[in-house]
Amino acid sequence: MFFLNWQEGQNVKQIKMKQFITFVRKEFYHVFRDPKTLLLLFGMPIAQIVLFGFALTNEIKNTHIVVCDYANDNASHRLINKIEASKNFEVAKIIMDHREIESAFKSGKIKMTIVIPPNFESDLKHFNKTQIEIIADASDPNTANSLNNYASNIIMDYQNEVMPESKGFMQINTQIRMFYNPELKGAYNFVPGVMALVLLLVCVLMTSVSIVREKELGTMEILLVSPFNPILVIVSKAVPYFFLSLVNLSVILLLSTTLMHMPINGSIVLLYFASAILILTALALGLLISNVTNSQQAAMLISLMGMLMPTLLFTGFMFPIENMPLPLQFITNIVPSKWYYIIVKSVMIKGLGIASVWKEMLILSGMALFLLVVSVKKFKIRLE
Amino acid sequence: MQNEVVIKTDKLTKRFGEFVATNEMSIEVYKGEIFGFLGANGAGKTTAMRMLCGLSLPSSGSATIAGFDVYTQTEEIKKNIGYMSQKFSLYEDLNVLENIRFFGGIYGLNNQQLKQKSEALIEGLGLNNESKKLVGALPLGWKQKLAFSVAILHEPKIVFLDEPTGGVDPVTRRQFWDMIYDASNKGITVFVTTHYMDEAEYCNRISMMVDGYVRALDTPTELKKKYGAKSMDDVFFELARGAKRKAD
Repeated sequence: MFFLNWQEGQNVKQIKMKQFITFVRKEFYHVFRDPKTLLLLFGMPIAQIVLFGFALTNEIKNTHIVVCDYANDNASHRLINKIEASKNFEVAKIIMDHREIESAFKSGKIKMTIVIPPNFESDLKHFNKTQIEIIADASDPNTANSLNNYASNIIMDYQNEVMPESKGFMQINTQIRMFYNPELKGAYNFVPGVMALVLLLVCVLMTSVSIVREKELGTMEILLVSPFNPILVIVSKAVPYFFLSLVNLSVILLLSTTLMHMPINGSIVLLYFASAILILTALALGLLISNVTNSQQAAMLISLMGMLMPTLLFTGFMFPIENMPLPLQFITNIVPSKWYYIIVKSVMIKGLGIASVWKEMLILSGMALFLLVVSVKKFKIRLE
Repeated sequence: MQNEVVIKTDKLTKRFGEFVATNEMSIEVYKGEIFGFLGANGAGKTTAMRMLCGLSLPSSGSATIAGFDVYTQTEEIKKNIGYMSQKFSLYEDLNVLENIRFFGGIYGLNNQQLKQKSEALIEGLGLNNESKKLVGALPLGWKQKLAFSVAILHEPKIVFLDEPTGGVDPVTRRQFWDMIYDASNKGITVFVTTHYMDEAEYCNRISMMVDGYVRALDTPTELKKKYGAKSMDDVFFELARGAKRKAD
């Protein structure tokens, strides 16, 4: 009788360890033999990074503008050249008549017009003073503001070049420095967001679906009848996804440092540690979902709806939390990805250490622990 | 047949709120016996079987499986039983060998036992050329035979089979029953539910469940005599037509 193994012959601990390894190996087979799982697991982070990196960006590049050049002299030509040289603008047309401005805007292709007055060069030379008019299409106020800033910077630069002596003369120069992100790159904002999103989505989805699949196929019954500890069923299911998520995280980091030129200023160990906690939280959430559903489709739907919306809305990488009404701001506190997002930004971009993010780490760990305890307690070890 | 009792229940009952799924079931099953557990759909068979396997806690009554109590010693029970459910219960994305190793592994077999057992099993089923094939690609008949072999891989004292031959052709069913006889000859008790009345004839003893109650328990021959029936079909019809519960 083989059950004798359990009673005397072998060390029970040894048997349990072997059971566990057997189970984890089986989970890896499932993952690597299902092209859909693989695609989701590794395709999603790449797609997200590329999507957010190149398509969905709030940086403004190559905006078409019109210059209305009444001066048409050397000074105005130099200014126009300078504007054209910047990566933000592309001069679509140089016109001589302000009546053409409105029709240019109406075409929708032009977002801004710069009007250079007559006698631009001579005014500059003789009076040290002239005016330039900037007209922006403010139907999208944020874009208009940014364009205005970019243009003002270029003109300021130009002024410093042509009359360096004017610097500091009878005027207050504002010096603006953008700390941590001098080039105002959107990537600094969205990469930590995408990290949170991908880790949460993938982990929650994978665990819930893989447990529900065993229920659907009827193999869960067999597992529960076997001497394998039901709690270990959960743990063994979580192990592969935990490690694969860390691989996933590395892919995201690699892509964002090479493609997006993101820095990793802080400790990479701390970054992985925080991610590990988020992954645990996600695994626990997936487990909870698997307890309340019996079909893979339902598990998938709940995971997607339950994770995607709150993460997108309440993490802070799409919509600033400070601008939300108070009740919503309060809700963001229970979204794990918000805390993770703060940690990642602090560590990756500002290069801060554990001393600055311990509070967020503690909150995230608390959430992970709470969810794990609840989900393990709720896991049905019997069939009714 | 030895008279060692391996399953003993006394007034075993399971309630779901007002509904009594299994009502005061008292049966005894002997070592090496093929025990047919019959009843219409919804008669309470699955619930009873789940209680015996430790998958579901009884509401009242008592039961011992292989000498272990269903309330307090489910761990021990699980080590001593095998189970095959209605649904095909191997992993289709694992190959034959991997399935055998997986289930053997979680039943605590060591490497040497695993190797020896899996070779014997594959040889016995004539699956030598298919051992590296994914189970999903095998015909249903082979899958069921494989599932049964896996369920008794760890040489349990009792194996529970829940409608093991559903949807299988008659030839394969016949082969399947040969395997059941082999297991029984080795001293493994077979506790089987079925809807095929010809299969009921193959059992040493059968019990008939109607509306949660065990209405009859005897050998097929005795039952036919008692109800004056020619076949088990007639016995089943005689007993089941009084049923009030609809199938679930």
